[in-house]
This record gives sequence, C-alpha cells and structure tokens, in this order.
Amino acid sequence: MPDQITERIAMAGFNLYYHATKALEDISLSIPERQVTAIIGPSGCGKSTLLRSINRMNDLIDGVRVDGQLLLDGEDIYDRGIDVVELRRKVGMVFQRPNPFPKSIYENVAFGVRMGGNQGLTSKLDEVVERSLKEAAIWDEIKDRLSRSAMELSGGQQQRVCIARALAVEPEVILMDEPASALDPLATAKIEELIFRLKEKYTIVIVTHNMQQAARVSDQTAFLMLGKLIEYDKTSKMFTSPSNKLTEEYITGRFG
Amino acid sequence: MKRAASINRISDRINIGLTGLATVLIFAILVVILGTLVAGGHKVITWEFLTQPPREGMTKGGIFPAIFGMVFSVMIMLIAVLPVGVSAAIYLHEYAKPGHWLTKLVRGAVNNLAGVPSIVFGLFGLGFFINFLGRGLDASLGKETLFGQPCILWAALTLALLNLPMIIVATEEALRAVPQTERAGALALGATKWQTIWHVVLPQALPGILTGTVLVISRGAGEVAPIMFTGAAYFLPTLPKVPTDQFMTLGYHIFVMSTQSPDIEATVPIAMGATLVLLSLTIALNMVAVVIRTRTRKALRRGR
Amino acid sequence: MSLKAGPFKYVGEELIANAIRLAALVAIAGIVLIFLFVLKEAMPVLFDKAVQQEATVAGYFRGLDWQPVSDLPRYSFWPIILGTLKVTLIALLFAVPVAVGAALYSAEFAPVWLKEAIKPMVEILAGIPSVVLGFFALIFMATFLQKLFGWHIRLNAVNAGLALGVTVIPPIYSLCEDAISSVPQSFREAALGLGATPWQTAINVVLPAALPGVSAAILLGMGRAIGETMVVLMAAGNAPQFTFDLLQSTRTMTATIAAELGEVVFGSAHYHTLFFLGLLLFAVTFVINLVSWSLFDRLMAKLYGAKK
Repeated sequence: MPDQITERIAMAGFNLYYHATKALEDISLSIPERQVTAIIGPSGCGKSTLLRSINRMNDLIDGVRVDGQLLLDGEDIYDRGIDVVELRRKVGMVFQRPNPFPKSIYENVAFGVRMGGNQGLTSKLDEVVERSLKEAAIWDEIKDRLSRSAMELSGGQQQRVCIARALAVEPEVILMDEPASALDPLATAKIEELIFRLKEKYTIVIVTHNMQQAARVSDQTAFLMLGKLIEYDKTSKMFTSPSNKLTEEYITGRFG
Repeated sequence: MKRAASINRISDRINIGLTGLATVLIFAILVVILGTLVAGGHKVITWEFLTQPPREGMTKGGIFPAIFGMVFSVMIMLIAVLPVGVSAAIYLHEYAKPGHWLTKLVRGAVNNLAGVPSIVFGLFGLGFFINFLGRGLDASLGKETLFGQPCILWAALTLALLNLPMIIVATEEALRAVPQTERAGALALGATKWQTIWHVVLPQALPGILTGTVLVISRGAGEVAPIMFTGAAYFLPTLPKVPTDQFMTLGYHIFVMSTQSPDIEATVPIAMGATLVLLSLTIALNMVAVVIRTRTRKALRRGR
Repeated sequence: MSLKAGPFKYVGEELIANAIRLAALVAIAGIVLIFLFVLKEAMPVLFDKAVQQEATVAGYFRGLDWQPVSDLPRYSFWPIILGTLKVTLIALLFAVPVAVGAALYSAEFAPVWLKEAIKPMVEILAGIPSVVLGFFALIFMATFLQKLFGWHIRLNAVNAGLALGVTVIPPIYSLCEDAISSVPQSFREAALGLGATPWQTAINVVLPAALPGVSAAILLGMGRAIGETMVVLMAAGNAPQFTFDLLQSTRTMTATIAAELGEVVFGSAHYHTLFFLGLLLFAVTFVINLVSWSLFDRLMAKLYGAKK
C-alpha cells in the first residue's frame, strides 16, 4: 500500500473458537483507513463472525474464545482492561435486518449520544440528529416526522435511520453486515450510494454475499472460506484476475 | 361402506353442540354465582357499610377495617415482591448464562413453587417468619413479643412469597418478547448492558410486568390460607398503624363470618356485602390485566 | 486515544448488576427456604424420640382415625387422604369434560365474536377468590343441592367437589385452548381435504395432536384441586372420617392444616405432624409437576419427533 494511506485495523494470526470449533483460522489482514473493504465468501464461511470480532460483539455469545491479535490504531482490542463500550462507540455497526428501537426517529438517532452522556443542551442534540440524518441521506424524507415512530418507515428508510443512528456517535469505523440484503433493489441502490459518500469520512468494512455489490462498492476485498482467509487484494484485481483458484471458482459461480 | 353424508352432518352437529353446551355451562355457572351473590349482597352495600367498622359483635356496622387492612397488606406485599421478583427475572433472562445448571435449577424451583398449595405458605409463614425469625428478632432486640407474633408484616411477606413465581414468570415472558436484535443494536452503539436494559428492554417489557402486577394484587387481596395464621384477625378495635400490628382483611372476614359466627342470620348479609366488595375488586383487576394483555398483543401485531 | 478503561468508569454499572444478582439470590433463597423449613419442622417426626411417643410416620399410615385432640391422640392420614381423593375426583370428573369440551369448541368451532367473548368470561371466573367460591358453596349451593337431591348431610364431598371443579375449570380451559389452537393448521386442512367432517377432524386429528398440552393441563388441574384449601374447608363439612360415601362430611389434607394450625401448641407432636402433612403436600405437587413435564416431553417426542 502507498505510504500516505494509514492502516486502521490490523489482524495478525487471529483465531476465534466457538466452544471446540475453530470458526476463524489464522486471519491476517490490514484494513486501510477511509476505504471500503468487503468480505465475501460462501454461507457459513465466517464473514459475519470476522466482522463482529472488530467491535467485539462476539463477546455476547457464550463459549467464544479468541487468540492472536486484532489491532485498532495499533492497540489490541482484546487486551485486558480495554473499554469495550468505548470501542463500540468508535466502531459502529449496521445490521442485516434494520433494527430501530420502537421509539421516535429522533430518539433512535439520539440514543447513542444520550447513552454516552454527552448530550449537553437539547439544541446540541437537535444539531447532531439533523447532521446524522443528513449524512445518512434521509433527512429530507423524514424531517417533518421526527417524532413519529421509526417502525412506521419502510425497510430501506429504517436502515438509513439505523445508519444515521450509528453516525450520531461519531465513529471512525463503520461495520456493515449485509446491510442491503433485506431490502429491495431501489433501497439497495440508495444504500450503496450512501456507502460511496460515507467512505470519504469513515473506514468501512462491509460483509456481503452479493459479489456484484462487492465489486461495485469496495476498494479491496477479502475472500473467506471455512474460516480461513483465502485471498485479500484490491477489488479490481480480485474480480478480474484472482490469484487463488478457489477465489476464481467462487467468483465465477462454481459454488456459492 | 361410507356413512351417508347426512348422518355425518347430524352427528357432527350433535357433537359440536355438546361442546358448545360445555361453553354455555361455564357461562351459566358464572351467571349463577355472580347473580346469587349480587342479588343477596347489593342491598347491604351502602356508604356506611364501606366506611364504618363493625359493631355489636359483627352483627351490625360495616367492613371498613377489613378494606383498610387488605389495602395495607397488599401494599407491603408489593413493596416486597416487585423489586425482588422483577430483578430476579432480569437476572435470569439478561445476566445469567442460559444453559448453566444454576439457571435451570432456579427456573425449576420457580415453576415448582407456583404449584405449592397456599396453605403450605401459611405453614411456612407461621413456622419461619413468626416462630423463627420473629422470635429471633425479639430475642436479639430484647423485646417481649413484638415480632414473634402474627402481624401484617409477616402476612404480607408470606403473600409476597406466594406471588413471587407469578411476577418472575410474567416479567421473564415480557423480557423474552423483546427482540434480541434490539439489544444488539443498543450495545453496538456503545450502550452499557444496564443502559440497554433500562432504556430499550424494560420500556417494552413494562406492559407485561404490569399485567403480572395486577394479577398479583388480585391474588394478594383474595387469598386467605396464607394469612390465616400469620396476621389476619377476626376483630380488632383499632386500625393497624405499624407493620407489627395485626389486621383485618376482606377474605378472612368472609371466612370467619360464614363459618364461625354465633349469629349466622345477622352475619351472612354482612359477609355477602364483603363478598361483593372483594369480588368487584378482583374481577375489575382481572379485567384490567386482560385489557393490558390484549392491547399489548395488538400493538405488537401492528409492528409497535 | 487509548481504549483502556479507567478503573472507576463503570462502577455504577457494576453496582446495579450486583444489586440485581442480590435480588435474584433473595428470590432463590426464599424459594429454597420454604422447602427447607417445612422439611425442618417435619423432621422431628422422624428423629425426635419425644415426638415419636405420640406420632410416628408408621402411625400416619396405620388405622383409620384422625383424632389429634383426644386423650389418646391418633394420627392416621388415611381419612384425610381419602377426603382429598374423593373431592379431587369429583372436581375432575366435573371440570375436565366441561373445560376440555369448551376449549375444543372455542378453538375449533366457535365463531370469532364468541371466542372473543369466552376469554374474558373465563378470566372473570378465574378471578373469583376461592374464599368467595367456598362461601357460595357453603351458603347457597349446599342448601340448593340438598333440596334438589334430598341429601341427608348438607356439607359433603360432592358439594365441595363441585365447587372445587369450578375453581379448576379456568386453568384447565386456558391451557387446553392454548394447546388446541397451537396445532398447525396444516393438520386440519389435510384431514378436511381427505373428506373428514369438522368434528371428525377435531376429535381424530386435532385433539390427539394437542395431547401433550391437554394432558399437562389436566394434571395441572389435578394439582390445583389437591392443593386448594378454602373451598374444601368451607364446603366439605370437615369431619375427618374414613368413608367411601361421597355424601358424607369429609375433610382434606389441606383443610386439616387450615383447621388445626390455629390451635396447635408450638413444638408439640401435633404441630410437627401438620408440618409433615405440609411436606407431603409439597411432595405430591412436586411429583405431579414432574410427571406433567415428563409426560409432556414424551408425548411431544412421540407426536412430533424427538428433538435433534
């Protein structure tokens, strides 16, 4: 990688065990800042598990153990004494199925900020909510109904509110777990457009089972199979002349 | 050889009719019981009846002390059972390891306790709260007999234990209804576990907890066996002022007036009045619980 | 900026978590305590020689007299066990057909508006305190039934059994209705598609498919009937006599505790006997629960295949 691009996340020999099974084996990769890195692979290959390791959401599952290194800005996030709550503030997440709270749109977006205790004045909060909804490209659609429940929105709108909600806490990295797979093509296009704009400010890691989406949206792509990293390269190269035979077979659709 | 379709239809109708009859029977039972009690008791219900104490050996006067005692005991019961029960349910569902043997044991114990006869709670209340804890407290405080006797405190705690399983089960059900993905969403935003529970989970679980509370109030008001020997009294000249006083209560009043009265002719009408008051209360509470449950279910279907 | 946590940052969080754990512990302690304590106060019957002068476990099952208050106290459980059995049997014979029938009707045949009306009706019935039902049985039902059938004795097992039946109809109904409603629609469609009538479908397909829940409901109703106190205390007559005659005054185990606990001397053989009786009731309810769960699991496995 050229020198002026900073490395944000670095994994070295990272293993994840779910009870006795090894779900991730010897993962080593480097995620550069302010670019979109995609993780692709067949069902069950560990892409979501890998993604959730970066904000330690796997901690919530009983029986999960890790070893190896996962560094965020040079700090191993699995060290003892790491503030996981702060980590999750710094590394935001958008889920596969939109999961807004049954609260108003305003309260959804303000939630993370309120929990962090940095709410300050109400006017400040209003600013943050507006900024986040604008950044998520949904402000114009819902600016007149901020007090209505977020559950009234369509799937695509809900997902953008969830993105706004994640942006409101000012993360530096955004993890997206198949963010458009539950949405219709129009909504998906909107999300992809959004990702393109967001990467100017944020480092984005996206898991997708849709290879065309990975090709459209990402700068580099990691191909996972059975918990192992098979290939990791610039997207353009990966999809035109992959180095590994398995990668080629997956990309050309020999298996899914 | 196939039976003629018409015979099938007739026998169908008869059979279905029989089950319909069962339903009508339940309705009839309800009407007969309520009708008899209302018919017999409504004349007795006057403002004086509700606000005056009994007079002349319970043959005249009102039932106010019984109403007061019932409210007092239920309040203390709620103070004891709600925090403990709701917290225990939160612990079981949000903090405890799901497959852990201790969690399973606790759930099993809660389920079993739900089926224990109410008189056994009365046994426990007498043997443990009064004879063991109460006397022990008296001994260590140097008092003659303050805690070591039946009183509203021990009766209320016995009722609290009786109703603990219901609160735990109702709360757990309510917690379970909150989708796991909402918890994940909150945590992923940097909320702590308790923040997630307090700001996301509990607000949604509140209707279910409320339903459980209302049902528990109804049970606490109407149960007699647990309080017969732990604090309820037939007649007291004054109202209870402190938790170490005894108390009168509607359910026990009805029991004594109908089974141990020297002048059954005079006391039965009063018992009827008391019955109507207690019935109105418990039925109203049960209806409130049904309404909360139905509205919650409708809201859930609407997608909240 | 480092992500290392300061030592005091989450003190509040830890405090709350511990308060919750404490409350859970109190709840568990209460539950365990009740069992342990009843056991403790029943133990002297097994181990205390002084108590055993008057009452022994063997004595509980010898003879047919329950006469704790007399010059020669006798503590045979048989009369009151029989009393419980008589009353419970009558209650179930009455309540089970009515509750299951009504549940079947409600889940399979009733029009929607009727179904919506039945639910609150059953809830109201469930909300009637047992002391009120006992009062009703004592003052009104007994007199009416005596006139109707010409009973010799007004308060007897039938009177109490019927009132007890009313008490257990709501729980049996609710659980059965749940179980029957949960049977997948595909079963009904398959049967009807083969030419079965609605009744045949209900009896031959739906009800058997709901058997795990229905049997659990009946067992639960039985447990409730055995454990009920006020209704039987007020409506059965309370004479602890050993007789199979259903029209005689009778007393149950629960009513015995309720009737005698008030006058018993703390620490006497009678006192410990009543606790032993409580322990017996505890054990019976526990066994019924256990049987109900295991029966439920086994029936589910048989009908729907064992869980993988």
